[in-house]
Amino acid sequence: MARVGVFLCHCGENIGRTVDCAAVTAAAAKMPGVVHAVDYKYMCSDPGQQMIKQAIVEKKLTGVVVGACSPRMHEPTFRRAAAEAGLNPFLLEMSNLREHCSWVHEDRAKATEKAVDLVRVMVEKVKHNRKLHSIRVPIEPTAMVVGGGIAGIQAALDIANGGKKVILVEKSPSIGGHMARLSETFPTLDCSQCILTPRMVEVASHPNITLMAYSEVESVEGFVGNFDVTVRKKARYVDWSKCTGCGDCWAKCPVKKIPSEFDAGLGKRTAIYRPFPQAVPNKPVIDQEHCIMLTKGKCGACAKACQRGAINYKDQDELVKIKVGAVVLATGFDLWDHSAYGEYGGGRWADVIDGFQFERLASASGPTDGEIRRPSDGRIPQTVVFIQCCGSRDDKMGKAYCSKICCMYTAKHAMLYKHKVHEGRAVIFYMDIRAGGKGYEEFVRRAIEADGAEYVRGRVSRIYRRADGKLIVKGADTLAGRPMTVEADLVVLADAIVPRTGSERLAQMFGVGYDTDGFYSEAHPKLRPVETSAAGVFLAGACQAPKDIPDAVSQASAAASKVLGLFSKPELEREPIIARVNENTCVHCRACIAACPYGAIEDFEIKDRKGNVVKRVARVNEGLCQGCGTCVAICRSNSIDLDGFTDEQVFSEIVTLE
Amino acid sequence: MLKQQFARRFLSICAAGLRTRRADWDRTGLMAETETKKVEATPAVFEPKIVAFVCNWCTYAGADLAGTSRLQYAPNVRIVKLPCTGRIDPLFILKAFEGGADAVLVSGCHPGDCHYTSGNYHARRRWAIFRRLLEFTGIDMRRVFFSWVSAAEGAKFADLINRITADVRAAGPFERTNPARRRLWK
Amino acid sequence: MKTIGYFPGCSLHGSGRELDMSVKALARIAGVELKEVEDWNCCGASAAHNLNHNLAVALPYRDLALAEAQGLTEILAPCAACFARLKGTHVRVTRSPELAAQMREITGLEYRGTLRFVNVIEFIGRLIEGPLKGKLAPRLAGLKVAAYYGCLMSRGEDVIEDEDHENPDGMTAALEAAGAKVVDWNFATECCGGGFSMSNTDAVLDLSHELLADAEQAGAQAIVTGCPMCHSNLDMRQLTINQRGLGSHDMPVLYLSEVVGLAAGLEPKDMGLDRHFIDAMRVLDIASAAQTAQAAAAETAKK
Repeated sequence: MARVGVFLCHCGENIGRTVDCAAVTAAAAKMPGVVHAVDYKYMCSDPGQQMIKQAIVEKKLTGVVVGACSPRMHEPTFRRAAAEAGLNPFLLEMSNLREHCSWVHEDRAKATEKAVDLVRVMVEKVKHNRKLHSIRVPIEPTAMVVGGGIAGIQAALDIANGGKKVILVEKSPSIGGHMARLSETFPTLDCSQCILTPRMVEVASHPNITLMAYSEVESVEGFVGNFDVTVRKKARYVDWSKCTGCGDCWAKCPVKKIPSEFDAGLGKRTAIYRPFPQAVPNKPVIDQEHCIMLTKGKCGACAKACQRGAINYKDQDELVKIKVGAVVLATGFDLWDHSAYGEYGGGRWADVIDGFQFERLASASGPTDGEIRRPSDGRIPQTVVFIQCCGSRDDKMGKAYCSKICCMYTAKHAMLYKHKVHEGRAVIFYMDIRAGGKGYEEFVRRAIEADGAEYVRGRVSRIYRRADGKLIVKGADTLAGRPMTVEADLVVLADAIVPRTGSERLAQMFGVGYDTDGFYSEAHPKLRPVETSAAGVFLAGACQAPKDIPDAVSQASAAASKVLGLFSKPELEREPIIARVNENTCVHCRACIAACPYGAIEDFEIKDRKGNVVKRVARVNEGLCQGCGTCVAICRSNSIDLDGFTDEQVFSEIVTLE
Repeated sequence: MLKQQFARRFLSICAAGLRTRRADWDRTGLMAETETKKVEATPAVFEPKIVAFVCNWCTYAGADLAGTSRLQYAPNVRIVKLPCTGRIDPLFILKAFEGGADAVLVSGCHPGDCHYTSGNYHARRRWAIFRRLLEFTGIDMRRVFFSWVSAAEGAKFADLINRITADVRAAGPFERTNPARRRLWK
Repeated sequence: MKTIGYFPGCSLHGSGRELDMSVKALARIAGVELKEVEDWNCCGASAAHNLNHNLAVALPYRDLALAEAQGLTEILAPCAACFARLKGTHVRVTRSPELAAQMREITGLEYRGTLRFVNVIEFIGRLIEGPLKGKLAPRLAGLKVAAYYGCLMSRGEDVIEDEDHENPDGMTAALEAAGAKVVDWNFATECCGGGFSMSNTDAVLDLSHELLADAEQAGAQAIVTGCPMCHSNLDMRQLTINQRGLGSHDMPVLYLSEVVGLAAGLEPKDMGLDRHFIDAMRVLDIASAAQTAQAAAAETAKK
């Protein structure tokens, strides 16, 4: 006979405000099989858990239902408590009275009625629960970090320094990411390259790190502890084992006019190139799209120039399968394309540039050697207008969110400009100045007070290009309450931060959630900020939300510590929600084998004592089964069931709902 | 066992059609009795009963998000959580209708986003065929809903439930259930 | 498109007669019957909504109800302000049953929301895709024009639906069909001063002057518009602008329908081209001079 205990939580007032907990308790007490029903203010608190433990022992409970918050929140808490009292943890179920009831309904009578239903369903289900035991699986103690920007670099170094192997996969030919492109960094104005490049070199030389540059994740199988990741090593057409990075090849390359991605289109590069002089690895690749040899079959200038014979025009993409136990996604961001703003020229004018282009103009290693010269005619601009929130905080045209870093980098841009062009004018149109962070507000004040940046609170409605090349910026000064016009030589738009193109495909491969803007979703916005809904996959940097360098680095270190924590045990415990085949009734139609997304169901031959095959059946590999239940629904002979969600359990829930 | 019993019953519905069964019930005298009772019991505003079969990773989490965002929606839905929509046996839906649900919702992850890679595709394929079977038996297609709600779409979940509740309220109670078994939701 | 409802509004009977004449001339050669809405009244234009919001909706509402009752399904309103008021009212009353009920009460008429609205750009676009296809000659080849949309032919999310509000290009196809070259300029959607023409003439002079100056800088030899208000501000005020010493403009301002009419071989006087303040008849001369010069240059190049 089932002996079920029901425990109802008020969650302070969160549930009690809308649901009459006493009435639900009274109703629960009358449900068949319920021997104990009680409500309490905070069931997840220590006294609350004690109530459950005590009742399990004293009332000899065979099942427990906790009516409280979402099981995604506290199911592990209550199951642990049950286990401590000697009850198999899988004999405890939760009714979601908070997220699915009290928080979403106002009518107290109807909410209470629904709460009773929700409890009754779980009481019926728990009567059919069986004791289950967690499954232990071995962990492959190697981590993969996807993305070689500052976040990926930090995560890889931290994991490697913790003594575990790391595979760092980077899409472009060099690690370094956006940070390598910055001139100086706020709020200290230290040179970005000077603080970054030593880290990049450390990655390349670290014995625990395998760097896979110019590579992309192709597909992912497996699960936490045992991912099988296929990585595509893109054809480089240069044998890096022979290449010394001497540079003879790109000096001889005849295709010299390709806009450089690294210089945000302001500089030029050759078809065989390394993105920038401090690149790691410091070896070139051939850009297949522009190389004359690869497109037209003649040239070969680089092959002739290379004394090591490293050029190989016949190189091909290579797929490498790697086994890893955990993954850190650090794919970073892109800038939103401001051509959607027709009023700012829609991307037609060379002198309306984005933040990265300004960084490259201000950078000592940039196309102008650090002199601020405008792209159209190379003149030094005497008036620069900076427009913040270009695409941010604008859900009509761009993105609804604040991109967080633009206030700071715009202040920095204005400062760098004023340091280089003393008599120049820097006008900044802003909506609000959001300078939360250590030393940030002081930095903005410095830009205004010491460097004389003109901050104008208001939006720009239109930019024209006059025939003499001046950009006429029309805006509003909303503090003075008047329209204003600035004749500018250069306009810098602080475009919104958006996730990298292709990051959604990657998320789908790893089973990571992402929001409507494409940023990866953390498991909990406050308490699990680096985990994802996919166990063993962690987040670092701007792929999760717009972040500045200190935030990205902190999150990377946090993700690394999660990885190291996971790797600190040789085995992993996993929920035992897996499918089981009834071999007596299985007719070996193989429908389940075809349907299983994990290849977890195998053919099995039942043999007699002499080794003769008496029957062929399907059998579930417990290590591979993830418990989706697709096979159960597809089985024609009703021979598979799913632990935790058996037909019996589900039907008892449905029947109870009548 | 339940599954087989139910399959048998379902086939009998298909074969004999509704009228015969109604006649059966009439003979038992249950029909007349319950119908009068129901007239008395029917409240001024009909409150439909909706059973939602949702997956744990997307729609259940989406419903959680509706909660944490405090989005108000109609209290007429009862969620049955499954690991994946791929786990949903068509019999679950029939059983819900048999038990007196006025509408059934099946909701999982968006195509391509399934936590288990492809369970939702299986669910969709199965659903396409099952719909035709339901249509054949005469179950009103306006009572079965299929949707994708991701873990990020709390607002979509709330809207969906409100819309379904309004639609089903307009359509009226589901009459093809065994009246002897039907207990109205008060 | 054999028959279409026609809403001339006040402009087309007054300062915008050339628009009326040219649209009617085009319709005639295209074989399209323009059926004027009987007993139409003022659309409210730029004045009514400043006085009384109900009045601003009720005036065009009456026109809509009448047109519908007269069995019309599509209304061509060549005046940009009329078009905006009529379509805007249609959008508002079809979206808000309360407002519709209120308007029913005020006017005593019922509008069911069945009308579709066509402005002069769309009308001409349909003509050159349909009945006038192949009938236009590039008579204005060599003429550089600035296509000017102003506010009413570029803005209003629900009123102007098929244009890029910031960089509209609805006139380009028709102008190119007429042989004209459309210049890239900055002020295509800027304000001409609009309804301030009488009440704050100084503002109009400033705004129109900037506009004319930018068109000149961009190399335009004429401005083409679809809006009678823009037309009167730009055409009529040029002399005053010059007198005030703001500039020395001499820029013909044409209606789109006039340009297309010229390409279709219509008599300039039939379209009122001789009625403009700034001589507009010369555009044909400019074009033919440019054509001659180009032919001569080509000849020299050949030699």
